[in-house]
Amino acid sequence: MVEFSAEEWTAILLSLRVAGVATLTSLPVAILVAVVLARGRFPGRALLDGLIHLPLVLPPVVTGYLLLVLFGRRGVFGAFLADHLGIVLSFRWTGAALAAAVMGFPLMVRAIRLSLEGIDPRLESAAGTLGAGRVATFFLVTLPLALPGIVVGAILAFAKALGEFGATITFVSSIPGETRTLAAAIYAATQVPGGDAQAFRLTLVSVVIALIALVVSEALQARARRQTGLIA
Amino acid sequence: MIRFEADRRLATGEGGFRLEARFESTAAVTALFGASGAGKTTAMRMIAGLIRPDRGRIEVDGQVLVDTERGVFLPPRRRRIGLVFQDALLFPHMSVRANLMFGRWFAPRDSRAVPFEPVVATLGIGSLLGRRPASLSGGERQRVAIGRALLSSPRLLLMDEPLAALDRPRKLEILPLIERLRDEFAIPIVYVSHAVEEVARLAGHVVVLDRGRIAGEGPPDRVFGLAATAGVDRFDLVSVLAGRVDAYEPAYGLTRIVHPAGTLWLPGPAGEPGRELAIVVRATDVTLAAEPPPARMSVRSVLAGTIAALHPTDQALARVEIALPGGGTLVASVTRMGLAALGLGPGDTVHALVKTVSLDERPMAGGSAAVAAPGSAGAAPG
Repeated sequence: MVEFSAEEWTAILLSLRVAGVATLTSLPVAILVAVVLARGRFPGRALLDGLIHLPLVLPPVVTGYLLLVLFGRRGVFGAFLADHLGIVLSFRWTGAALAAAVMGFPLMVRAIRLSLEGIDPRLESAAGTLGAGRVATFFLVTLPLALPGIVVGAILAFAKALGEFGATITFVSSIPGETRTLAAAIYAATQVPGGDAQAFRLTLVSVVIALIALVVSEALQARARRQTGLIA
Repeated sequence: MIRFEADRRLATGEGGFRLEARFESTAAVTALFGASGAGKTTAMRMIAGLIRPDRGRIEVDGQVLVDTERGVFLPPRRRRIGLVFQDALLFPHMSVRANLMFGRWFAPRDSRAVPFEPVVATLGIGSLLGRRPASLSGGERQRVAIGRALLSSPRLLLMDEPLAALDRPRKLEILPLIERLRDEFAIPIVYVSHAVEEVARLAGHVVVLDRGRIAGEGPPDRVFGLAATAGVDRFDLVSVLAGRVDAYEPAYGLTRIVHPAGTLWLPGPAGEPGRELAIVVRATDVTLAAEPPPARMSVRSVLAGTIAALHPTDQALARVEIALPGGGTLVASVTRMGLAALGLGPGDTVHALVKTVSLDERPMAGGSAAVAAPGSAGAAPG
């Protein structure tokens, strides 16, 4: 068996925590944005769409730098959060979670939106004629039918969060025990002489976590397909 | 009672299309009839509240659903209109039971008038309750969809070509169920269809739509028979005849029906001797002869009557109206060449040969049958 040092365990658990928090907190927002993009017809829709996709096409360093400017201690949002709510993001693991969430967000929104667009809008009409209001229709019909896309989006975003490196290291640096995630730890290991064995062990962990995520995603999707009888 | 008056411009199609229609009906089943694109589905979606009219007013049972002049627009969920779609549209992630209960959860407690068990029993879906829609056949799905709409205790049941996606055996299985719903649960039905047999069999009042306008309305035998209604082409012309069951011939699987003008044969058993029936005969299935036809002939149903009117068209065809003893009218669609060979005119006696297989039956019981439609908004025929 592979033996991990305390430092390596810290990086592994931190990565899982960062990716988990990033995925769970961004999921409701992603669902909301996906609904707005899939169903809404309003001026500025294309702009919103573009804005959300930016992290996908920008160099991660640029995204990280923008986060630093906006959410750093003296940034527009950062100063507000720190002064009024006592939330500090820069150089904290929460900042790493924010960076991971932003980077995974487009993937999540895309998957959920595709799923929403595949739902026959007449099913929602049917719910309406049966007496269900908009909120009830959303939670009883739309959301359950979009479940396969939500699962895929969440898994993709989780995997992206685990591997996120550029934006994270730019925004919150690589502080052992606070912001040094798996990817940052692997990079750090390759920078010191004799660190190859450690880099290899952590790489193995990354591969295993990614594989588990994919298998779980497939299983959940197959279950959702069976239940709805839909080709997701 | 439904009063419909609406006007809406639709962007689709070349040069735009406008629905401008006004009708009212008290029949148990009101049919909206017309070719695809005539505006039937648009009218139906307006009644359900899925689209708004530009101008108009729709009222069901005294409740105003929309009135553009007074700024009234009830959203679909407050209308209590049960909608049955052509392709069932069951919720795929719910069991049959949950689908059936869906509308019930939202129906106001004091208006849950339609009981669960009798609906399930009438529709024969008791054994399907635990299944998922994906595992049902088309006919089963449509029965569940009808049950789902019915169990929301609607003021009105709207059916949008509910049988169009089904094969013929499935249609023949569901059509009598709709008749039973009509007679047992006393919920008025608006039935949208372009299938003349379904409409003639179910509806007490037919509204014919043609390119967004009402081309004719009345009881089915009048709409499909006598009047040359625009939007009803020659394949849609039918006559509805009143007959009485005489006896079933098990050797041939046919039922003899007596009519003052002659004998008709109906496939399969048609009930007890003495039962009154309405029989739908397509105009294209009637052959005319000037002399009594020979006995050795495959056609067994022959009626004798008097030519009431001839309507040649400018094309190859002509429509012939034949007054039958007993007051009914039979419509035949023949070629103009055939008409010339007959050499007959109004007032002459003619023999009408009807292909047995084309006969359809509909019980006279139940206030909505066209021939005996006491509550129908149209004038009584004949």
